[in-house]
Amino acid sequence: MKTWVKILAICLLLYVHIGGLLLDVPRLNILNETVRALYFHVPMWFGMVLLFGISVYYAVRYLQNPSSNFDIRSVECANVGLVFGILGMITGMLWANYTWGSPWHGDPKQNGAAIALLVYLAYFILRSSIQNEEQKARLSAVYNIFAFAAMIPLIFIIPRLTSSMHPGSGGNPGFNMYDLDSKMRLVFYPAVIGWFLIGIWIVSLRVKMRELEEEILDIEHG
Amino acid sequence: MKTLFALILINPAFGQDRVEMADQLRAEGKIYVVVTIILIVLTGLIFYLFLLDKKVKKLEKLVSDKKKQTN
Repeated sequence: MKTWVKILAICLLLYVHIGGLLLDVPRLNILNETVRALYFHVPMWFGMVLLFGISVYYAVRYLQNPSSNFDIRSVECANVGLVFGILGMITGMLWANYTWGSPWHGDPKQNGAAIALLVYLAYFILRSSIQNEEQKARLSAVYNIFAFAAMIPLIFIIPRLTSSMHPGSGGNPGFNMYDLDSKMRLVFYPAVIGWFLIGIWIVSLRVKMRELEEEILDIEHG
Repeated sequence: MKTLFALILINPAFGQDRVEMADQLRAEGKIYVVVTIILIVLTGLIFYLFLLDKKVKKLEKLVSDKKKQTN
């Protein structure tokens, strides 16, 4: 990862953490000041979906051309994506506790996100249960495609069809509910880009570590 | 008239601009304490990420050196 991208990510996040706390937000009942949680909770989920998207891209590349490079990238993107998802889940539960009344409401989007996380956890269980490296990579690449295909309706489609308390679901307007003058977008989108780039940075470190591991094993056996 | 006036003053939901926010925290300037603390944590973690970056680069060099030796 290029240094300027890292610097960009850091600048975006510094801006987000200052602007997210100090800039004006709409005054809304029930949400009150917690509306600012949007700047920190939602980018976790956006980051997760983007990272899972890259993961499934490399899974398809692996199936086209079985090289361990693609497999490593696919699994590490899924790994960091899962961390983002778990952070999104914890922050969401905390936010829900104070605005909806309890951490778990059976809200369709919350349930869907939990199922999606479990589907991806199963991806790692599948990987760890196969000894043969090629078989592991091939099977998990196929599973990755199914997992991604399951996540999209669980998070983006089903909550829109039923009633959900999340904005953008069940006839609720998306961000329009919050940002009457789109002030919040000015912080929200930089937050998404910043956290996504940090995610990619961590993925690149993990990929390097995995490649080093392989090289060391090669030296030992070669 | 007096009660109505009191209602306007006391009831935070009276009128749309009366939604309760952390205005006091901002007025006292204590919000800057929160912002500074969060920034310290953020910069600390990012600095640590840079250290990890450096460490991995060092390992990469070590492994490539080892590779040359064995070849």
